Amino acid sequence: MLSQESLAKIDRELTKYPADRRQAAVMSALRIAQDEKGWLSKETVAYVAEYLGIPPIAALEVASFYNMYELEPVGQYKITVCTNISCMLRDSDVIVDHLQERLGIGFNETTPDGKFTLKEGECMGCCGGAPLFHINNKRMCEFLTKEKVDAILEELK
Amino acid sequence: MAAFDTPVQHRSDKETLVCLRTLGQPDPASLQAYLNVGGYKQLQRLVQDKVKATDVITQVKLSGLRGRGGAGFPTGLKWSFMPRYYDGTKYLVCNTDEGEPGTFKDRDIIRYNPHQLIEGMAIAAYTLGARVGYNYIHGEIWQDYEIFERALDEARAAGFIGENLFGTTFSFDLFAVHGYGAYICGEETALIESIEGKKGQPRFKPPFPASYGVFGKPTNVNNTESYTSIPWILEHGGDAFQALGVPNSGGTKLFSVSGHVERPGNYEVRMGMPFTELLDIAGGVWKGRQLKAVIPGGPSTAVMPAAAIMGATMDYDGLSKAGSSLGAGSMIVMDETTCMVKTLKRLSYFFYEESCGQCTPCREGTGWLYRVVKRIVEGEGRMGDLDLLTDVSSNISGRTICALGDAAATPVLSFIKHFRPEFEYYIQHGKSMVTGKAE
Ligand SMILES: Cc1cc2nc3c(=O)[nH]c(=O)nc-3n(C[C@H](O)[C@H](O)[C@H](O)COP(=O)(O)O)c2cc1C
Ligand code: FES
Repeated sequence: MLSQESLAKIDRELTKYPADRRQAAVMSALRIAQDEKGWLSKETVAYVAEYLGIPPIAALEVASFYNMYELEPVGQYKITVCTNISCMLRDSDVIVDHLQERLGIGFNETTPDGKFTLKEGECMGCCGGAPLFHINNKRMCEFLTKEKVDAILEELK
Repeated sequence: MAAFDTPVQHRSDKETLVCLRTLGQPDPASLQAYLNVGGYKQLQRLVQDKVKATDVITQVKLSGLRGRGGAGFPTGLKWSFMPRYYDGTKYLVCNTDEGEPGTFKDRDIIRYNPHQLIEGMAIAAYTLGARVGYNYIHGEIWQDYEIFERALDEARAAGFIGENLFGTTFSFDLFAVHGYGAYICGEETALIESIEGKKGQPRFKPPFPASYGVFGKPTNVNNTESYTSIPWILEHGGDAFQALGVPNSGGTKLFSVSGHVERPGNYEVRMGMPFTELLDIAGGVWKGRQLKAVIPGGPSTAVMPAAAIMGATMDYDGLSKAGSSLGAGSMIVMDETTCMVKTLKRLSYFFYEESCGQCTPCREGTGWLYRVVKRIVEGEGRMGDLDLLTDVSSNISGRTICALGDAAATPVLSFIKHFRPEFEYYIQHGKSMVTGKAE
């Protein structure tokens, strides 16, 4: 089940495509579902598929192909750090080490209080702002230093 | 949003702003800012005066505009491939999926000057007879996606997109859609699959999108920067755009400068600018260090040692003469402390991780390349590994449906070609010959 608000958002996405092409909206529908639920359970994916009138396997294929969908539970804040070349050249490893130390977790782990999950990401197309991470696939934080990371973690506490 | 998330970038008076020409105004992304620079006047003129499509295409051909997505295909020529008469809906697609490491120019277009892209797409739609357009935006840049959505709302409300524009029969609907973390979707046919709500696996070509694209209909795909150049070209004429650049490379180009420079960022300059001048605009190599190498157009273009790029100019011919290519204009700068072996390891991991798995040479080959470079970095390398890497790379190149395979091979071949002693040292000593850190 999804909230009325989420369904209204999916309906708006559907208006972007011909009426007989509801599958086209699956990318955004899964994104909207994940925004509401935090991650995509098998049930949520099946629900989205049913809502769009497509086979569940078609929605699952998409959910598992694209990296930003989460098929396992994640913390309240998922922090994805880019470690690709431009970020690596600007010492993304310092940011990664600092985050891991502050949070006490490694990549693909969640803090015991369920607050933070740490992920390693590929290039986000913002390399001029390296080093950087984004939070819950939405908020981009650039030109990071240890101090900025501390300030952001403080804000999310 | 906290103030420190995204500080505003430094600009230089050596830039020539075409695609980013609203910069400098208080709210550059607003409709008002774009109207202030003469925005939407070209669309209105073409539509109201019923200017012939062939006349528009002639100007685009004269402009020398080549596709800014990386392949450099002449835009005017591409537009002439779209079927003129077609009984049904034709589509227009904009590729804002940039995810090739070091590429971040299209992001600045949609967040600083989205209306010029919208006008460029509307002009293309008018010219090619497309009724519906999609701008496919990289999923990671959500805040910028929302800026673009707002710009679409503004343009719709002002009557620049939608039904019966300017009181004529011309209608064009334009929508924003997004990816969600798959580099391969930058490849145009994978992108089309993704718009249709599928996994991003490239299609065989032919048929090309011009005959079989979105929902199987004729579709024109261009990069963001390509479309955004169009309004300026029609305002000033194709010749004027060509004259901004050099022969064979018309116009301006947005260069994404990242890595070891003092002021990373996007700089829009005339094609043909000497490399040294562009480096200077970006503040030069950081911390007063020496330049070691540059990847001039993103990792799918060959790395160049400092000596090879110092005398080069930043345009298609200039960089190909110097041994690489312009690509998407994504200039990754590496200083003397950079370990080329570890850098190659990260790039090889990227291509391995992002291969869509459809073609065996790419799926297996990228994994193989990554594992061999990784074992060198871990001190387990063997002398034969360099030939093995070269061999595997050559066997991926040209044997896949899309160009990701070639893109994965290029860094391996060019890193080993130009920095072979560094790789040999690593294999012999089990450690980097560079003392600084670059990981
Ligand atoms: C693996 C791969 C990734 C690509 N990524 C992009 C991209 O992010 N943006 C882009 O415009 N073109 C990208 N391209 C090129 C597109 O396939 C296509 O050529 C381009 O969008 C056409 O627009 P243009 O002619 O205006 O450059 C990519 C190609 C490949 C093979
Ligand atoms: S390399 Fe990190 S955002 Fe591009």
